[in-house]
Amino acid sequence: MFVPARLTRVPLAPPEVAGILNLRGRVVTALDMRSRLDLGARAPDAPVMAIGIEYKSESYGLLVDSVGEVMALRNDACEPKPANLDARLWRVAAGIYRLDGQLMVVLDVDRVLDIKNGAVAA
Amino acid sequence: MDDLLKEFLVETNESLDTVDVELVRFEQEPDNAEILGNIFRLVHTIKGTCGFLGLPRLEALAHAAESLMSKFRDGMPVSGDAVTLVLFAIDRIKEILGELEANQREPAGSDTDLIRQLDEMRKSGATPAPRAAARRTVGTLVRQTLERPLEPGEASLDELERAFRDAPGPAPSKPAVAVEDKPLERPDDKLASQSIRVSIDTLEHLMTMVSELVLTRNQLLDIMRRHDDSEFKVPLQRLSNVTAELQDGVMRTRMQPIGNAWQKLPRIVRDLSAELGKDIELEMHGADTELDRQVLERIKDPLTHMVRNSADHGLESRAERIAAGKPEKGIIRLSAYHEGGHIIIGVADDGRGLDIGRIRHQVLASGLATESELEKMSEAQIQKFIFTPGFSTARRVTSVSGRGVGMDVVRSHIDQIGGTIDVQSAQGKGLNFTIKIPLTLAIISALIVESGGERFAIPQLSVLELVRVHGKSEHRIERIKDAAVLRLRNKLLPLVRMSSLLQLDGDRAIPDRGFIVVLRVGAQTFGVVVDCVFHTEEIVVKPMASKLRHIAMFSGNTILGDGSVILIVDPNGVSQATGDWAASGTGAHTDHEAGARAVAENTISLLVFRAGTPEPKAVPLSLVTRLEEIDCTKIELSNGRYMVQYRGQLMPLIGASDGVRIKRDGAQPLLVFSDGSRSMGLVVDEIVDIVEDRLDIHVGSDRSGVLGSAVVRGQATEIIDVGHFLPLAYADWFRGQDLRATARRERTLLLVDDSAFFRNMLSPVLKAAGYEVTAVESAHEALATLKKGERFDALVTDIDMPGMDGFALAEAVRGEQQFSEMPIIALSSTATPELIERGRQVGLHDYVAKFDRQSLIAALKTCLFRPA
Repeated sequence: MFVPARLTRVPLAPPEVAGILNLRGRVVTALDMRSRLDLGARAPDAPVMAIGIEYKSESYGLLVDSVGEVMALRNDACEPKPANLDARLWRVAAGIYRLDGQLMVVLDVDRVLDIKNGAVAA
Repeated sequence: MDDLLKEFLVETNESLDTVDVELVRFEQEPDNAEILGNIFRLVHTIKGTCGFLGLPRLEALAHAAESLMSKFRDGMPVSGDAVTLVLFAIDRIKEILGELEANQREPAGSDTDLIRQLDEMRKSGATPAPRAAARRTVGTLVRQTLERPLEPGEASLDELERAFRDAPGPAPSKPAVAVEDKPLERPDDKLASQSIRVSIDTLEHLMTMVSELVLTRNQLLDIMRRHDDSEFKVPLQRLSNVTAELQDGVMRTRMQPIGNAWQKLPRIVRDLSAELGKDIELEMHGADTELDRQVLERIKDPLTHMVRNSADHGLESRAERIAAGKPEKGIIRLSAYHEGGHIIIGVADDGRGLDIGRIRHQVLASGLATESELEKMSEAQIQKFIFTPGFSTARRVTSVSGRGVGMDVVRSHIDQIGGTIDVQSAQGKGLNFTIKIPLTLAIISALIVESGGERFAIPQLSVLELVRVHGKSEHRIERIKDAAVLRLRNKLLPLVRMSSLLQLDGDRAIPDRGFIVVLRVGAQTFGVVVDCVFHTEEIVVKPMASKLRHIAMFSGNTILGDGSVILIVDPNGVSQATGDWAASGTGAHTDHEAGARAVAENTISLLVFRAGTPEPKAVPLSLVTRLEEIDCTKIELSNGRYMVQYRGQLMPLIGASDGVRIKRDGAQPLLVFSDGSRSMGLVVDEIVDIVEDRLDIHVGSDRSGVLGSAVVRGQATEIIDVGHFLPLAYADWFRGQDLRATARRERTLLLVDDSAFFRNMLSPVLKAAGYEVTAVESAHEALATLKKGERFDALVTDIDMPGMDGFALAEAVRGEQQFSEMPIIALSSTATPELIERGRQVGLHDYVAKFDRQSLIAALKTCLFRPA
């Protein structure tokens, strides 16, 4: 978890790619989760956090509005995602957990990172 | 894959490469027992390991080869045939290994044919065999130790040794198979224990970590510069030194001897010398000179190509050599050594050297330079033309080299890794190529620029120069409507804005002032407009993330000393993105309508202008050599004709139509057409635009000088017939020196093109060049005409035609006995290497771009007036 700083824009990149940045000597590709989930742009001065993940030996940073807490959940408590889930979420969700009084969607990292390479506005 | 099998494959492949080299050496020095011992041991090891791993097919083959070689050891004379046979066997082993690697088991099939031949060779080898039997008792089992614990799945050396001994020879007679000649066995035992195998991944990872360490150190040094007095100063200095040494050390682990790239060459040269009937000796010096693995991989092919070239074209035939008083045996010499941060590789031969006369001829014929330009050049400059794309002096296409790709391809390979190539030649004495390449690609020097508020790194290798333009500077940005060009020392460079290329902002106009980075990629030169230029910096190249790798504009990224990440621009990608217009010598199509020019195959670039009448006129852009604006005061009237002094010569000016008037003051726009040393200026009122459009021409103009009219950008436009104006300027425009020297009678051509426009455009041009032209509109018609018995000296055909295309026509024509020798030249608007290769296959003599009149005429000339 880190606060992204000095993001370098990547021209011609897919819209989800917010840019690349240097995280302790590693070049990290930052994906904007708002854009990935079609949630609309973030206010320019809104705080932003990044979740660093390692995927197929490359580093990615998922840009999010804020980070809640770290929870340990049992795998078998995960329930399949309902068919009527918002299509934007459905695409990237792995399943659903029922927490006290609220539902929580679990994202599937593979799908989150599966951005279409060709989908660049030519 | 089974670990043991993997290890086996890696080792066997290495051994086989060595065997190749050793065998060739062996053929030259049959008495050298050491070489024989080496080969024997290698094959023996392969056989033994195969037996251990249960690979019967390989084992049988290796066994047969080994038996034959053991005969050599016993004193059987070594013949070239025998070596060839062993080489065959080794090739077969390689094939089987290849499949083994792919499928993890031996392919089905039998090698009895080869084994029989090997056996026969062995038996016919006359020399007594009994000695072999006697030697079988020699040697005891020496206990062998390995200097590390065994890994799971590995067999101990003793086990292997036992496997060697126990491996039964499948051939009925079992000669001295398992003879262990201990003193010969392991001369490099010591060497082996001093080196270990490390996987490339480990090394790459180490390299990455060191790169990061270097960056961190740079950051620390940066901070240190701002705080003068600090107790960190001394330790940081030490850290800095250690880091530099570490970097150096790790870089060294990536180094490999260049001999690895040469390994296959002795075999290639040997095969070539057999194929060409020449005696060739390959000398190699400095094979242990080291360079970066990555660079090594990329020079392998060019080197092979150059050695082939030397063998095929450089060295003369045996008879020629004797006649020239040279030793019968030709020598190709490879050498390598370090100099500064570079490695210098030499490829030399003592053959005939470059034929300056022929290069001149070819340069003139293909219009690369004019005669007067050639006059001023030194021999060395003329020799450099062999690196120009499409240039080949090879008279014949042989199976070895000379397929029209030549030194230009070699150069582009070397360019890509930031190297340079130079040639020295002495006619009759030999040829010497010198290649200079950087030792590594992992750290490069880059120019940092800013565009659209972002910083980018441009590899310094591609940067030719930096030009700053402002209102008063000597270099100005000029415009042909939307397209901007830079006039730089009499050359027009197409310009493109980096920020529009990268779609950083909506503003597409090119400003009048700014910095222009002049880039050269291959043969293309163009200018990239940036907002700001900072400095050059040594940067550590990091690969792009896989999600971003599809963006052709960038080749990687890097972290600067201040910790920010910047993108490295790939000049190749930029050149491709700008390629369409850079190649045609005009400006960028920045307007969005141009986005619709997807149907590029059927569109051509037209230069639209006005002359005499308000209606636009147009001419295919590729026919125009240059666009000029001449100061009217410089126009002179001489002998009733308008002339202007242009590049040291008088250039006649001709009106593009009756109504056009030469201006009295200001600047007079001209279209300049050149051919060889002559130029002519076509006077126009105004140059309007360059458009890329479909040409649907409505032929049928009666007026001379006009081919017809077409709709260009929704406007009726007259298409000008350039062929009409050229003879007006010089009555003998095409009939000049070119033909007087060569043509005895009128040559006949058959021109095939489905488009009336091209038929009408090319026929007069070809006629003017002294050919009698018959034009037909389809391949079928062409075949019918040929079958009627009409004779033609050459066939010029379009490739893209409905129904039967040019390739099919060429094939059909080649199929007919009586036409099999007739030269065929193809015209096409697209010329990809694949198409050209396909053209070669169906027997095309040449492949010329549709509007490239000069090349067409040059190609015809080389086909028809070949020096005997």
